[in-house]
Amino acid sequence: MKKHFILTLSLAIVSLVAFAQGVPSVKLKSTEGKTVDTATLVGKGKPVIISFWATWCSPCKRELNNYLEHAEDWKDEFGAEIIAVSIDDQRTVTRVAPYVNSVEWEYLVLLDSNKDLARAMQVINVPHTFLVDASGKIVWQNNNYSDGDEEELYDQLKKLKK
Amino acid sequence: MKRLAFILGVVVPFLSFGQQSDSTKTDIGSITGNFSIIWQSYSEDSLIGAQVPPEKTGFNAWGNLIYTKGKFSAGMRYESYLNPLLGYPGRFKGTGIGYRFARYSDKQFDITIGNFYDQFGSGLIFRSFEERYLGIDNAIDGFRVVLTPIDAVRIKGIYGKQRLDFDDGLINGDGILRAVDAEINLNGLKEKWGEKDLQVTLGGSFVSRYQAASQIEKDTLVLEVPNNVGSYAARLNVFYKGWTFLGEYVGKINDPNADNGYIYKPGQGFIANIAYTQKGFGFNLQGKLVDNLSFRSDRNLLLFDAPVNFMPSITKVHTYNLAATLYPYATVIDGEVGFNAEMFYKIPKDTPLGGKYGTNLTVNFAAANNIDTTGLSGIDRIIDGYQRNSFGFGDSKFVRDFNVEVSKKFSKNFKAKYTYYYLEFNTLTTPVTTDFKGIVYADIHVLEFANKLSTHHSLRTELQALTTKQDKGDWATVLVEYSYSPHWFVSVMDQYNYGNPINDRRVHYLFGTLGYINGANRIAIGYGKRREGIFCVGGVCRAVPASNGFEITITSSF
Repeated sequence: MKKHFILTLSLAIVSLVAFAQGVPSVKLKSTEGKTVDTATLVGKGKPVIISFWATWCSPCKRELNNYLEHAEDWKDEFGAEIIAVSIDDQRTVTRVAPYVNSVEWEYLVLLDSNKDLARAMQVINVPHTFLVDASGKIVWQNNNYSDGDEEELYDQLKKLKK
Repeated sequence: MKRLAFILGVVVPFLSFGQQSDSTKTDIGSITGNFSIIWQSYSEDSLIGAQVPPEKTGFNAWGNLIYTKGKFSAGMRYESYLNPLLGYPGRFKGTGIGYRFARYSDKQFDITIGNFYDQFGSGLIFRSFEERYLGIDNAIDGFRVVLTPIDAVRIKGIYGKQRLDFDDGLINGDGILRAVDAEINLNGLKEKWGEKDLQVTLGGSFVSRYQAASQIEKDTLVLEVPNNVGSYAARLNVFYKGWTFLGEYVGKINDPNADNGYIYKPGQGFIANIAYTQKGFGFNLQGKLVDNLSFRSDRNLLLFDAPVNFMPSITKVHTYNLAATLYPYATVIDGEVGFNAEMFYKIPKDTPLGGKYGTNLTVNFAAANNIDTTGLSGIDRIIDGYQRNSFGFGDSKFVRDFNVEVSKKFSKNFKAKYTYYYLEFNTLTTPVTTDFKGIVYADIHVLEFANKLSTHHSLRTELQALTTKQDKGDWATVLVEYSYSPHWFVSVMDQYNYGNPINDRRVHYLFGTLGYINGANRIAIGYGKRREGIFCVGGVCRAVPASNGFEITITSSF
């Protein structure tokens, strides 16, 4: 009985509040050892693409390597920046910077070793990519990567511009 | 617990926080969440040893909700294991709330009550984390305060118990944990140091467990067991241009426990890592030693139960099926010394080997042995067990893992990757198989092709072969995955144990999956046979039994 009550209540609350998700404030280290507050990265008048990945995740690496071909165009056309958030834990986190440089990514790469940001953004598994609009609201996300998904992301970026 | 849910549910949405005066009056916060459901049906298959449990199906599901309003957030996870999937650890049963918290966080002050996950430094002294698909969850249940008096200084304090079990609700372990961590970024102390090339961060931690103790009897001795066990760590991170140095040392005072056979010898451990990277090149060198460093919130527990610290494995986390699941290495927690060296290089484009797009090369080697020790005798043996002679390798080989990866893009629509592995793997010290005890010598070759057929259609193929004279003999795996972006994929995988020394066990394990993805919602239906083996996510592994049947997984986040 009590359980039902809580459930009903929860549903009532869920229907009341807004679902538009933003980017929570979590302090992460960059690959250069600087502390970055994630909330300060978005909502600055430009769209931001946040992609969760790991060095052991093949589709994640395929995704971010494929984005590399488009990163400059997306920046020119939409002002969009790409942020790659690694969920590598202590076992592999030290591989992140050498890997990133060897494949010549120019994204800001953040280390979320204990999944604090991933948890706060409801990321269940990687790859999981978010598109955040100029005001800092999440407008699109994709919990997968297949070759060609960048076309969908491009369409979403175009939609934002309108 | 119900009362907490009630308070969160009713009171929070109507509270108005003074700090929120800049937001509009209609801001009553936001809710985000996710859920994940895995359902399996089981059919018998005596050939692969697949069993049917009495309940015929397995069901693991959980959902998280987080309510956020400005600097305040609160959340919970509802979990159901009805009954747990075959092979899922026994610490997950029934249905109920397994995690709940409330948190207030601003620039300088951050307090969490209820459950939370956290990590100090590399985690070698303290890490609470979850790997839900593996059935690992050692969340703390208590209080955490994080103070950031100035940007460069962060102090954390924790008091709590640790999740041990779940049976229609959260069950904490016996011990009480008290922990404090301080970290200081020297460059943040003076404004003009901020932009310097040399960045230095220092950190220190102290973690203590209280668990009521009584005496133990060992041989003829009656020994007092300490109620309180303390562990301490110091760490240094240095960044200079392309160079990175990370080092952490951990010590632990006498902690007789089930892992070490109730000896009183202090524990020790360190991780040191040096890396250099520039565009197109990088290397990474890591050394690690753990000596009697197992630390749990209950001294009498073993295996996955209530670990306070995290001892990462020294080998690379492999991605491909045969390399990742047959012989995955995990740290031998009694004592291990090892190193890992890795080099990344991109052969520049427009060179003979680089071609039009450049070629990526990775070479990795990891080795680990037991620590170099001498057993003590007499009373010393009963009390302290052994002594460590050096930081060097002992004479028992745990693992050697050499691997090379070459990946090349041939055209806009065609990429290929070749990976070779050479493995020496001790199945006595890392018991991943019951068929063979000793050192497995294996070669693995993997070829992967990615063809982009058109804008939205692509095909990925993996051809894998593992050859060994030990254990289950030779294996081959073929995987074909066809995806229709952005919504559909279908894949078929066949693992074939063609070289098993027992003829009857030369079996095909065929598994097919159909998946649909729409944004953050994902549903996959699979059918086929799974071999018994080790299932790993992110380098943490558990054993799963053979199974045969349907599997449906749904994940969603909002």
